[in-house]
Amino acid sequence: MLGRTSTVTTAEYGKTLRRRRRFGEKLIESWVFLAGILTIVVLLGIIALLLKEGLPAFLYTPPWEFLFGTEWYPVSDPPTFGISSFFVATLWVTLVATAISVPIGIACAAYLAEVASAKVRETVKPIIEILAGIPSVVMGFIGLMLLSPLVQSAFNLNTGLCGFTAGIMLSLMSLPIIISISEDALRAVPDDFREASYALGATKWETVRHVCIPGALSGITAAVMLGVGRAIGETMTVLMVAGGALAVPVSPADPMMPMTAAIASGIGNAVRGGLQYQALFAIGLILFILTLAVNLIADRVLERQRRKFAR
Amino acid sequence: MRKRKKLLIILPVVVVVALVVIIVTLGGGGGSSSIKIIGSNTVTPLSSVWAEEFMGTNADVSIAVSGPGSGVGIAALINGTTDICQASRQIKQSEIDQAEANGVEPYEIQVATDALSVVVHPSNPVSELTILQLSAIYTGEITNWNEVGGNDIEIVAIARDTNSGTHVFFKEHVVQMQGLPAEDKSLEYGGNVLMLPSTEEGVNQVADNPNAVFYPGLGYVTEAVKSLAIKQTADSTGILPSLQTALDGTYPIARPLLFYTDGEPTGVIKDFVDYCLSPEGQDKVIEIGYVPLQ
Repeated sequence: MLGRTSTVTTAEYGKTLRRRRRFGEKLIESWVFLAGILTIVVLLGIIALLLKEGLPAFLYTPPWEFLFGTEWYPVSDPPTFGISSFFVATLWVTLVATAISVPIGIACAAYLAEVASAKVRETVKPIIEILAGIPSVVMGFIGLMLLSPLVQSAFNLNTGLCGFTAGIMLSLMSLPIIISISEDALRAVPDDFREASYALGATKWETVRHVCIPGALSGITAAVMLGVGRAIGETMTVLMVAGGALAVPVSPADPMMPMTAAIASGIGNAVRGGLQYQALFAIGLILFILTLAVNLIADRVLERQRRKFAR
Repeated sequence: MRKRKKLLIILPVVVVVALVVIIVTLGGGGGSSSIKIIGSNTVTPLSSVWAEEFMGTNADVSIAVSGPGSGVGIAALINGTTDICQASRQIKQSEIDQAEANGVEPYEIQVATDALSVVVHPSNPVSELTILQLSAIYTGEITNWNEVGGNDIEIVAIARDTNSGTHVFFKEHVVQMQGLPAEDKSLEYGGNVLMLPSTEEGVNQVADNPNAVFYPGLGYVTEAVKSLAIKQTADSTGILPSLQTALDGTYPIARPLLFYTDGEPTGVIKDFVDYCLSPEGQDKVIEIGYVPLQ
């Protein structure tokens, strides 16, 4: 009697459980699906918004004049929108940041991956990754208070708020990305390669220089591209320390206003749907295309690296 | 099996609790009234003190003040995202049109007056400038301090960014010399002018840099910088910015500090504006370093 009852209950329990599980699984499956699709929806939404708000700007200023015009007077009557000085400023700042962060970043990655003991690596890598977490406004503040007076006196400039100061701060921000990804790429180079190199009588330096780095080159290139993407898109730091002058900068020692800073310093003032608003969105569109291109290249290169060592 | 079942029970509970918490936090402010003030960086020190004092006597009111720039405040008024817009320049006709198209009626209230000081590094021997010289400095026509009687060093002209009412006021009244015989509406800030996102940053730069010149509101001038006397024309006497010279109208670069509301203010916003205009409120104006209405 007792045994019978219990079998029935177990059977019923099993039945409901199966149904419940199926329902639960479906629920969770759809949650995961939604989460997966969400980023794509958001991305498409952003692209649509940039196009919708930004493209009308080219009706007022033809694309050619917009890109190559040197005068930006959004609050004048009538307003003029030419962004070549912002574009050149972005190039200068990114160039300085890349020139500093790439050699240091790759050297540091090579040290961590090839030279440092496991203990050192386990300690240093998390510390470098903390550097990536420092808010950009803090970086801007450090640049403003500490670095800009140094740059001004070191290079005997009229003002320390210039592309060079901004580039140095940006290099500090893209270093963690470059180090972290390059180190992963170097460690993905199979040990057989190193052993073969040593067997041929190569020293450690020769192995790193001629075997490891060339082997990981596509990964390192991807790391550099991602670092460059970070530098192009960074806003708060350049807004605070780049100086914000409207002239086309002829050298990184000039005060300048990169595209991100131009958007940030104008958007609050722009009335929704107004000419300035549209022009700022058009800058955003150009910036988006620029970073998208950099990231796509990085992605391609990284994929090639992955295929190279996939066995 | 058991663990999974437990998870399925816990998950909805967590979601429900989270929703309740969100609703309670959002609805929490319902009992008291709040005022949002957005706009001029110049008016911010003043309205912050007013807001603190007013909240001290009216415990159920909360006031949030932020100062990204007059243009931002006016844009917020037009878009209907602020109760009071604080401005250091008058609203433009084009902005009034945009506001009316959005169903907003900008209502202007002058709350104080400000004298725009022109400041340089204390080591700079220059002690006075005419409006014409200032205009030439900011258009980039004069680039060396020795052209206006100073040392042979380059001028670093610092301005606020386009969000700022001070940027626009200075452009109209100094760069374009509005109201002077030399007035020229086509003049613009030169390409070498540094556009900074806040007035404090500009003052800090001048304090550190012997080359620099900047135009903060009277309330932002510190001991670390030197104010210049301003001459309307080459023949007139130089006037230093101060309470007296701004009040009697002799200082050439003075301007009204304004509040804009959507229509005449009512309810708690009216109470706040009345407090600002009251004798106690106007006493605070002097304390902060601006010029009261009377």
